Amino acid sequence: MATVRSPTTEGRPYGVQLSTTMSLDPTVQSPQTLADVYGLLSERGGAVKIIAGGTDLMVLMNAHMLDAAEFLDIWRVDELRGITDEGDALRIGALTTYTQLIKSELIQQHAPSLVAASRTIGAIQIQNRGTIGGNIVNASPAGDSLPVLAAYDAEVEIGSARGTRTVAFNQFYTGYRRSVLEPDELVLAVRVPKLKESERDFFWKVGTRRAQAISKTVMAAKAQISDGRISSISIGVGSVAPTVVRAPKTEHLLTGAQLTATLMEEARQIIAQEITPITDLRSTEHYRRTVTGNVLLKFLRQLSS
Amino acid sequence: MQDDDKMNEKGSGLSRRTFLKVSGISLSVPLVMGHRVIKVSGAEVKVFGPGKVPIQLTINGKNLSAQVEPRVTLLDALRNELDLTGAKRVCDRATCGSCTVIIDGKAVYACAVLAIEAQGKSITTVEGLMQGENLHPVQQAFIDNDAQQCGFCTPGFVVACKAFLDKNPNPTPEQVKKGLGGNLCRCGTYMGVRAAVAQAAQKGGRRNG
Repeated sequence: MATVRSPTTEGRPYGVQLSTTMSLDPTVQSPQTLADVYGLLSERGGAVKIIAGGTDLMVLMNAHMLDAAEFLDIWRVDELRGITDEGDALRIGALTTYTQLIKSELIQQHAPSLVAASRTIGAIQIQNRGTIGGNIVNASPAGDSLPVLAAYDAEVEIGSARGTRTVAFNQFYTGYRRSVLEPDELVLAVRVPKLKESERDFFWKVGTRRAQAISKTVMAAKAQISDGRISSISIGVGSVAPTVVRAPKTEHLLTGAQLTATLMEEARQIIAQEITPITDLRSTEHYRRTVTGNVLLKFLRQLSS
Repeated sequence: MQDDDKMNEKGSGLSRRTFLKVSGISLSVPLVMGHRVIKVSGAEVKVFGPGKVPIQLTINGKNLSAQVEPRVTLLDALRNELDLTGAKRVCDRATCGSCTVIIDGKAVYACAVLAIEAQGKSITTVEGLMQGENLHPVQQAFIDNDAQQCGFCTPGFVVACKAFLDKNPNPTPEQVKKGLGGNLCRCGTYMGVRAAVAQAAQKGGRRNG
């Protein structure tokens, strides 16, 4: 492959291997309407890489680790922005940034964990550009907004020239960095059911530092308590499996149970066994199992107080 | 065309010619506004590249032109094409904050924004903070509080502080810590930076714009 020398190909981060097949001079398509995006995707779906705020993709691109000859930049498609109240749920446009989520009164009121999660993502500069749709489609198991969407049983609205469809967030991923999205499809929005008055929610991220850290383990949960019993609970966890996951065994153990110290201890152990973390550069499997159990304990203690 | 040849040589990606052949998307009149236009189901869509395209950026109130490949980041366009080297290229992976600029009132990493994407927006770099011969209150506060050591992170910090104070004129210490979490200083001058923000907030960090 021809080596194209330019200031941006030199001085790449050390240790980074140049992809041998990537284009050093990709094209960028900049549609402004959803109809145009659909048109481009139905023509070029398999070949184009969709880029939104760029907080994940630009990092890879600068490091020459992104294999794409064509980019489809959707940043100017305003139809993908905005948060709307749909009664039982909030519809959040795919291009809604973390800053917009943090500032939204609707989100603050009806999905407080999503505000908490957004605050932990990168730092201000990332929150100003990063989008919730990007977090979903990037499909990282460490995406910090994703455990919230899992715990809240959110739905993903997907569109293409063929029409729109809705997929439960908890069925959106099919494996590590893989999802049900077809090549000609685009995530339009995510629909997050509102937290009920009787429900309590929780978000906790464990990273190396407060800002700019990628999670070692990250949990979002919500639960309903009546007469000292957990009538319902949902727990979403990130960075502990190939995708963001729910913890069904732990949820099963806790549902309908009296919140005692023994139960909490049992739940701590069950979730530590249930998840399937790996050891990588950010943390070890042992640490992730132990700390995830402890984070759940923190939520259960909050519930019992 | 030279660009087509270059693309074909690599044997990867699609040349402009084959792209059109394969896709059936028709090319309309090339425009001189930094992009071509293709028709998708009757509507026109801008396509930038391959090869260099002319761009126009509004930086510190001035309209500046350059020729860049579509993949070029705003940071590299500023530094390599427009001689605005205040924003520094350190990590080039949206982490360290040295390249912080303000786009439409929001602090962003210039290394994570495409230059073509920044067209039509109001961009402020550290070069645009001074008013004539007077330093911006944030810049003065950095000097008064020894908020730099080697100084390499300083321009990014100054811009991030300005954007932060514009949004939070009277911040609490905790807000300052969180608000500036997107900038790193390897010399560890954070205490000085916090003191500078406190001073600039008192003097009205937003006064000069």
